[in-house]
Amino acid sequence: MIDFVPRFFLYLLVMAGVTYLVRLLPLLLVRHKIQSRFIRSFLYYVPYAVLSAMTFPAILYSTGNTVSAVVGCAVALLLSYFGKSLLAVSASAAGAVLVTELIMLVI
Amino acid sequence: MNVSNNFKKGIRDGLPICFGYFAVSFAFGIFAVTEGLSAAEATLISIFNLTSAGQLSAVPIIASGGSFIELALSQLVINARYSLMSVSLSQKLDETVRLRDRLVIAFANTDEIFAVSSAQPGCVGRKYMLGLALTPFLGWTLGTLLGSIAGNVLPTVLVNALGIAIYAMFIAIVVPVAKVERGVLIASAAAVLLSVLLYYVPVLSEIPSGFSIIIIAVLVSGVMAVAAPVKEDGEQ
Repeated sequence: MIDFVPRFFLYLLVMAGVTYLVRLLPLLLVRHKIQSRFIRSFLYYVPYAVLSAMTFPAILYSTGNTVSAVVGCAVALLLSYFGKSLLAVSASAAGAVLVTELIMLVI
Repeated sequence: MNVSNNFKKGIRDGLPICFGYFAVSFAFGIFAVTEGLSAAEATLISIFNLTSAGQLSAVPIIASGGSFIELALSQLVINARYSLMSVSLSQKLDETVRLRDRLVIAFANTDEIFAVSSAQPGCVGRKYMLGLALTPFLGWTLGTLLGSIAGNVLPTVLVNALGIAIYAMFIAIVVPVAKVERGVLIASAAAVLLSVLLYYVPVLSEIPSGFSIIIIAVLVSGVMAVAAPVKEDGEQ
């Protein structure tokens, strides 16, 4: 255990160091507005591509079962289509999952 | 140009992230303790890393006494997508953002904080970014702590329900833009399709998820940048 304690802090250092540098270097190196229309267009699409790829299919496995996940996902899609806030969409989706799972517990 | 630089607005926009993080990190805390880490270790990891997928992959390596190279490489591959996001974010920051703000913003450049700041019209300033980052950081830390010391207290249905919060927030960011911007709609649809392919097709599913996100982002954004470039006077 005495050996383990310093080793943990080395792990922590390696892990946090790599993660931080990956995030920091581009922010330090790119300080000006990029002029290239291609790169600006590319960067404009990055967040949407990343978020869409991270959401599907992962959202289907984010709850206790696929049925409640599909219900929650449908609620989120519907409410965000009608322009509800991030908080409203998140809370409603979580609420829908909770209700669905409670119903499934009963039946 | 439009600038979002209001601390309170940042806090307000950060709250859904905070709740989502609380749920995810609560699960992370339970996981870390199950793998053999102490509550203090789990919480320290969350304080200094602030990254869900990276932390999840690190815990088994740390718990089994794995090599530092393996740990470093796993973090590099899974978190490499953040460098892409940091380049994108660098174009959003206005002139109120100084060097020391960049040091903080870089640390807090998570998928969700990046997404919400990207969704702001025009530029974002330092006060907004600091407000935005604050509650998610607290939620992430507190969730890990509580999950690792009291994981079995919260009913499973509640933890399950919280699990969808982050993804619902992603949907709430993408859908309103995709509704009015054809290019974004096509990019999102293509990204979903590729993501599903990479997830379910046997050989492709071997690719680590952090890596497949990069492949998808580069491919989709590259094609769309040629097919539907943004207008010359700036995005949106």
